[in-house]
Amino acid sequence: MTLLGWLQILLFFALVLAVTKPLGLYLFHVFEGPTQPLPKVLGPVERVLLKLCGVDPKREQTWVQYTLSLLAFSLFSVLLVYLLQRLQHVLPLNPQGFAAVGPELAFNTAVSFTTNTNWQAYGGESSLSYLTQMAGLAWQNFVSAAAGVCVAVALARGFTRRPGPEGQKTLGNFWVDLVRGTLYVLLPICTVYALFLVSQGVLQNLAPYRELTTLEGVKQTLAMGPVASQEAIKMLGTNGGGFFNANSAHPFENPTPLTNLVQLFSIFAIPAALTYTYGKMARDTKQGWALFAAMSVLFFAGVAAAYAAESQANPAVAAAQVAQAGNMEGKEARFGISASALFATVTTDASCGAVNSMHDSFTALGGLVPLVNIQLGEVIFGGVGAGLYGMLVMVVLAVFIAGLMVGRTPEYLGKKIEAKEMKLSMLYVLIFPLVILGLGAVAAVIPQGVSSLNNAGPHGLSEILYAYSSGTGNNGSAFAGLNANTPFWNISLGLAMLAGRFLMIIPVLAIAGSMVGKKTVAPGPGTFPTNGALFTGLLVSVVVIVGALTFFPALSLGPLVEHFLGQAGKVF
Amino acid sequence: MFSTLLIGLRAALVTLVLTGVLYPLAVTGLSQALFHEEANGSLVTHEKGQVVGSALIGQGFSRPGYFQPRPSAAGNGYDAAASGGSNLGPTSQKLRDRAVAEAGRLRQENPDAPGPVPAELVTTSGSGLDPHLSPEAVRWQVPRVASARHVAPERILAVVDAHTEGRTLGMLGEPRVNVLQLNLALDRRFGESVGTTAEAP
Repeated sequence: MTLLGWLQILLFFALVLAVTKPLGLYLFHVFEGPTQPLPKVLGPVERVLLKLCGVDPKREQTWVQYTLSLLAFSLFSVLLVYLLQRLQHVLPLNPQGFAAVGPELAFNTAVSFTTNTNWQAYGGESSLSYLTQMAGLAWQNFVSAAAGVCVAVALARGFTRRPGPEGQKTLGNFWVDLVRGTLYVLLPICTVYALFLVSQGVLQNLAPYRELTTLEGVKQTLAMGPVASQEAIKMLGTNGGGFFNANSAHPFENPTPLTNLVQLFSIFAIPAALTYTYGKMARDTKQGWALFAAMSVLFFAGVAAAYAAESQANPAVAAAQVAQAGNMEGKEARFGISASALFATVTTDASCGAVNSMHDSFTALGGLVPLVNIQLGEVIFGGVGAGLYGMLVMVVLAVFIAGLMVGRTPEYLGKKIEAKEMKLSMLYVLIFPLVILGLGAVAAVIPQGVSSLNNAGPHGLSEILYAYSSGTGNNGSAFAGLNANTPFWNISLGLAMLAGRFLMIIPVLAIAGSMVGKKTVAPGPGTFPTNGALFTGLLVSVVVIVGALTFFPALSLGPLVEHFLGQAGKVF
Repeated sequence: MFSTLLIGLRAALVTLVLTGVLYPLAVTGLSQALFHEEANGSLVTHEKGQVVGSALIGQGFSRPGYFQPRPSAAGNGYDAAASGGSNLGPTSQKLRDRAVAEAGRLRQENPDAPGPVPAELVTTSGSGLDPHLSPEAVRWQVPRVASARHVAPERILAVVDAHTEGRTLGMLGEPRVNVLQLNLALDRRFGESVGTTAEAP
């Protein structure tokens, strides 16, 4: 580890900290303000869009209507992305003449982008047309992120709305939230962001691949495409599905250390800002900062561990008796150890899943960090929206545990947390390991599972665990040696992604629906304050205990065993 | 229920046209107007005007008079239409064998090189298209390049220094040298490298 390496990490965090309040306020105005920003310019556009969708913006929805709207939208999302891939050979903007994507892969990719996972079983530059990338993948990058924010905002409304005399039962309107999130937040930022990326060297064209002869006379084909427009929303929406197979390691996606910093920043920007938005909605910004603090503690723990581990020599390369200043297998020279370890931590703290180095080639403990980050539920800033609602479920658990300790009915923001909310929270918590460990166990013993592995020994188990953690956690990064483009993996990971998105969103919205109508009571002397350092500490413990204890046995058979065997010089 | 489905379909189509068609096309138009060169691949031309590569994409070099890049896992090596890393883990036999073989080859081709082989030269990058090397990995190759070109090492070093980029803002990323640009500069300065290839092309 070097001082400059740590300075990069601190600079990144300072930028995130600086944007949290202004962007958080902006988001508050977009979703909760009586009027939205730029009413003269964007107001008419919003009204036209809602009219085209056939939505009455004044009609509020109950949690059931809100959920059904989200499910209906997601259904057509999957269908349209599937059709675009299956028909790409007859649709325009396919200069390389790629054939239709096969049914299992098209299903996997459609689900992957609709669920904000962006798992890449496909190789972008070798199988998808420009139209599929733009109208299929970039489209879902926008709206799946916006949908995540919708769920977070709905849950926040559930906790923070004060019911009227007859008891308010509604959570807002999904369609209005969806359109506002896209129009006021994602689209304008991405337009500027994409142009910045192009200025640094990211591609943005619709030309066929460029053939050339290298200096030594060898033919080289440069993949082309509308990369920057997709790259911007890929990072800002914590999607993470790369235009190219190598994702943000590819110099045409992430050409300079500056683009790398901006990409990192854009992963955390909205999730961090949403904690402030939440504090505003709770009429006590300290409530938001308490969440921000808990997330920050976990972030720094992760990045320190990953950076320390990747600064060690790679044991497999050690036999070549070369000068190792860290593990450079799978890393780019322009980023080096620090910016690669930081990227791996940030992309898995959030549910982004973009990579600027290959996690599969990390040291055993370096690769453990992204895996654990995902398994903690991606609540460390987390996905756009998904991080906040995931963390709020952890808050419910923490408040419940605090209530047990003092022997009082737990309450949060003045509303009582009762058996129903606890059951729903536990459902949310349990679905996650059930899918990961259940499917992982199956894949580890059947030939269709293990035949896809790229690495033998304990690292093979890590590849399986990572795949299902990433899919169920809607992350999308990978131990990418695993050949995931087989019918078994495409279908099982597709199902894991669906479960990880919708089976977890439904309990969240049910909690919102159950909380929204509850009366608020003034805090008494026995109320456990949820806006201070004590609560932040308790919240961090709950996140770590729930996540770590669930997965520790599996992790000890993968990365931990591999670490000790690697130190002993064993290879597989 | 039916009306929710209908709104769902309409909203899907409306957002698809807005974010999946209008937005990327608008960005493409603006990029082509404002940053034409960057948007189309930052192509590098030879002095005769022929395109020989992209400033951002690595390419293979094997002649002793050229600096050699890192090994590449993209396709059969520096295939810019099939990016990717090796994805070999830290206890992989394949990774160990490859690193040992590469290090052996490098030691044989660089008998006068100072110190042990830099690890960068035996490890593949994440993209397989890494256009850069660290200054250390370039300097290590200077004796070989100098003797293949019959030029004093100091003159080669001067070109290397002129092509070394520092950290952005003094702290971001790592110091680096663009291998294609460096080799082009050598050709401009000392004439084209015509030496035999180090191994079968």
